[in-house]
Amino acid sequence: MAETVASLSEERIAYLEGLVSQARTAAAVFTQYTQEDVDRIVKPMVLAGLEQAQYLARLAIEETRLGVVEDKALKNMVATEFVYNYIKDKRTVGAIREFPERGVVEVAEPIGVIFSLTPITNPTSTVLFKCIMAIKTRNAVIFSPHPSAGHCCYEAVRIMYEAAVKHGAPEGVFTCLESQTLQDNAYLMRHKDVGLIDATGGPGMVKAAYSSGKPALGVGPGNTPVYLEKTADLNMAVVDIITSKTFDNGTICASEQTVVIDDEIYDSVLQKFSDLGAHICNEKETELLGRTVIDPKTGYMQPMAVGQKATDIARMVGLSVKPKTKLLIAPIQGVGPEHPLSVEKLFPVLAVYRAKSVNEALTVCVDVNHAGGIGHTAVIFSRNDQIIQKFGEVMNAGRIIVNSPGSIGALGGVYNDMVPTFSFGCGTGGGNSTTDNVNVYNYLNIKRVARRTQAHMWFRVPNQIYFNMNAVENLRHFQSRSTIIITNPAMEQIGHVDTVRRHIPPETHVHVSVIPDAEPEVKVVMQGVEALNFYKADQIIALGGGSVIDAAKIMKLKYESPEADLEELAAPFLDLRKRVIQYPTEKVAQARLIAISTTSGTGSEVTPFAVLTDKEHGRKVTLADYSLSPDVAIVDPQFVMSMPKGLTADTGIDCLTHALEAGVSIFASPYTDSNAMQAIRMVFKFLPIAYEHPQDEEARTMMHNAACIAAIAFSNAAVGVNHALAHAFGARFGVAHGRANALMLPHVIAFNAGVPTKFMPSPNQRGYIAHKKYAMVADLLGLGGQTIDEKVKSLVAATEQLLDRLAIPRSIADLGISKEEFERAMPDLVKIAFDDPSWRSNPRMPLLSELGDLFWSAYRGRSLPTVAKAPQQQIAEEWSCV
Amino acid sequence: MTMNAEWLEIDGERVVQDLQAAREALDSAQNDVVLDFSSVRRIDPSALRAMEKLAGIADEKAVKVVLRGVNVDIYKVLKLVKLTSRFSFLA
Repeated sequence: MAETVASLSEERIAYLEGLVSQARTAAAVFTQYTQEDVDRIVKPMVLAGLEQAQYLARLAIEETRLGVVEDKALKNMVATEFVYNYIKDKRTVGAIREFPERGVVEVAEPIGVIFSLTPITNPTSTVLFKCIMAIKTRNAVIFSPHPSAGHCCYEAVRIMYEAAVKHGAPEGVFTCLESQTLQDNAYLMRHKDVGLIDATGGPGMVKAAYSSGKPALGVGPGNTPVYLEKTADLNMAVVDIITSKTFDNGTICASEQTVVIDDEIYDSVLQKFSDLGAHICNEKETELLGRTVIDPKTGYMQPMAVGQKATDIARMVGLSVKPKTKLLIAPIQGVGPEHPLSVEKLFPVLAVYRAKSVNEALTVCVDVNHAGGIGHTAVIFSRNDQIIQKFGEVMNAGRIIVNSPGSIGALGGVYNDMVPTFSFGCGTGGGNSTTDNVNVYNYLNIKRVARRTQAHMWFRVPNQIYFNMNAVENLRHFQSRSTIIITNPAMEQIGHVDTVRRHIPPETHVHVSVIPDAEPEVKVVMQGVEALNFYKADQIIALGGGSVIDAAKIMKLKYESPEADLEELAAPFLDLRKRVIQYPTEKVAQARLIAISTTSGTGSEVTPFAVLTDKEHGRKVTLADYSLSPDVAIVDPQFVMSMPKGLTADTGIDCLTHALEAGVSIFASPYTDSNAMQAIRMVFKFLPIAYEHPQDEEARTMMHNAACIAAIAFSNAAVGVNHALAHAFGARFGVAHGRANALMLPHVIAFNAGVPTKFMPSPNQRGYIAHKKYAMVADLLGLGGQTIDEKVKSLVAATEQLLDRLAIPRSIADLGISKEEFERAMPDLVKIAFDDPSWRSNPRMPLLSELGDLFWSAYRGRSLPTVAKAPQQQIAEEWSCV
Repeated sequence: MTMNAEWLEIDGERVVQDLQAAREALDSAQNDVVLDFSSVRRIDPSALRAMEKLAGIADEKAVKVVLRGVNVDIYKVLKLVKLTSRFSFLA
């Protein structure tokens, strides 16, 4: 193509540049027009086209010698009136569609200059159609008509242009090459100021358009298969096919090419065709016809036959037919090069095929579809919805026309409610960018103005929570036929199991299942499920710490839904509401889960999480779903009065970490904040007392409640990077979860309070607020400080002091882990921490290097990173900042 | 910059004529020429042609033409026909 462009003379280039410049100016000016301006121009254009429909049809016939004047006039009317009827109320300027519930508005942007190629077969109707589309969408068009249809197209453009400019369109909005060459087209197709090529023409021209590197709309070739199925209304089908195939002597590329007819109706269908003026070719005539109207070398139709009458074609071939013959029908036995008439024939010659079964009929239709007609049009006549549906599935066609004529049906708006067009998109199969019936929206750049939306949030808690001393007495309210208590050996030894049993209604059959005091394994869970099945349990009481309660949650899941695949349910997810894997809702059994916690930290009695150890694969599996949440939580401090000091400290800091991380989480809400803040206040006040005076009932009660309240917060707002670090470190070095959290906590507060290297997408928050939330906590605790920076520092210091008071080691080094050992572990620690889902709700997205820095900070201990200066703001505002 | 400039108002109803007058004013201009477009709502192809000519003459005479009060719709038109680089703009 470069060579052909190079051969253009300077004068010719100046001429073409003049056309583009004129169009560009018009298109630029057009951008100022309103919808009302545009609609005021379109209507008189349509009326002008209608008025000149017959005149333009005659011109086209005189010039091209193709088609039928009456049909061409009709096409000109469809291209104006029907198209107008479709577009008249369509918005094409400014905001064209609004989706208030999604906060999205679509806004139209014109393309600018469109270079439009028009065909010989439908010359004037295509011009009328494209002119109306262009004005409706505020575009300018340079037309390049087929060389053998130049004059009629020029006239059509002139009529449209005069009507448009008279009613206010910018001058120069349409231009038409008076004569054109391939070089002209090549030059314009590649011109920098041409925004779109709209190519309706032969395959060569369409390919050239797509090869130009410009966005292009191109109509691919067709080869329309028709399935005439035995349940069809045969009289209607035969008339429709004749109407369509003879319309403008078959020049519409969507017209029928091969009709595949069920065996049972084949003879009667052919008889009906014959009765209505079709000539049925015998074998010899078919062979002669194929040899003459199809080029044996290329396999394509001969140009001399295009758009000619059936009688003229018969004369050309040497067939003897009746004078009023409308259509030549040629029976074929297959599709492909050996059956030349199975290709596209833009003239009134129709191939027919006798099919012995539905499957054979569909198969032959697929063959025809793939013999040059992919993406274009297919037709079916049938009353059988299943077959129609199957036909729609197997045909690769932008238009699948049912019980109506192919050519006129595909145009849209006459026999169906498809979009009216004179340009059929054929999808990627036809080398096109769209399968649409091209219309106004294809002539626009549609912009989307998307307003910020807030994700729907939630706040879920178990149905019932009983708390304070002797809350376990409430077990008497729960009727059960068969209850299983899941617990660990220590609970039995201390006598907690007996305490629980005392409060279960006497008529209940109770079985105790003791499991190891460790994170549950699959084997342990399945043994529990066996027991549940054996005793046909309708109630499970989980009595213990997080491990026991987690085990009970998973036992209940597998008991109620035995098909649940734990591995699949543990699949990673980013947003609980959009997760790929859904938890089962169908249940074969049902059991109430009552969780009685015996530590004040994990809050498992109210959380929707459960951790399972998969020893076989050497890993932990975290399950998360609100269906895992216990039905009833009993938060009775009598079960924690004997907790050892170390466990009190570790679980208490776990609780504080839950609350602090939920407080700054990107999923934090006023609902979770109220719980998180209350839990933080309770921990700072009562944890040291519970630690130093284990028998202080008030402190134990408050800490037990604080753990549950913090868990409610993080069940709904999730945790953060502190947990990701602690999980990786704790697993690697065998450090208890609460203690691992404690080692990271001051460093993570400082990290989150700094200006993030990378922000975490958080549509529900306005700006970065973690530092302000920490300052808010400092205010709540009365820690002092004037600025946000000072308040964050106060919080870090207060956290350090609390850890000191609890005698928690203040660095990883203090645990006796050597620097070398820690350094060796670092790559794995960083990798595992990054893979941990916990940080995905952290306000600050941690870089891999930052995870490493945090680990090292925790290793060194007190040399905390400096809290970065954050913008100062009144804290009071931040109460409503989420 | 605009202290000593020659100031011409462009009437929205007579854009082409006023631009013609502006072209003539360029002949005797000693300083920058400011064209006030505040009352121009829309321009048409003939106005664009007039502006292109004006820009050409301004280049020849090395006079700076400043357009004042151009609304964003007209500014976009000038951008599309690549005329913005040939003028200065004043809010």
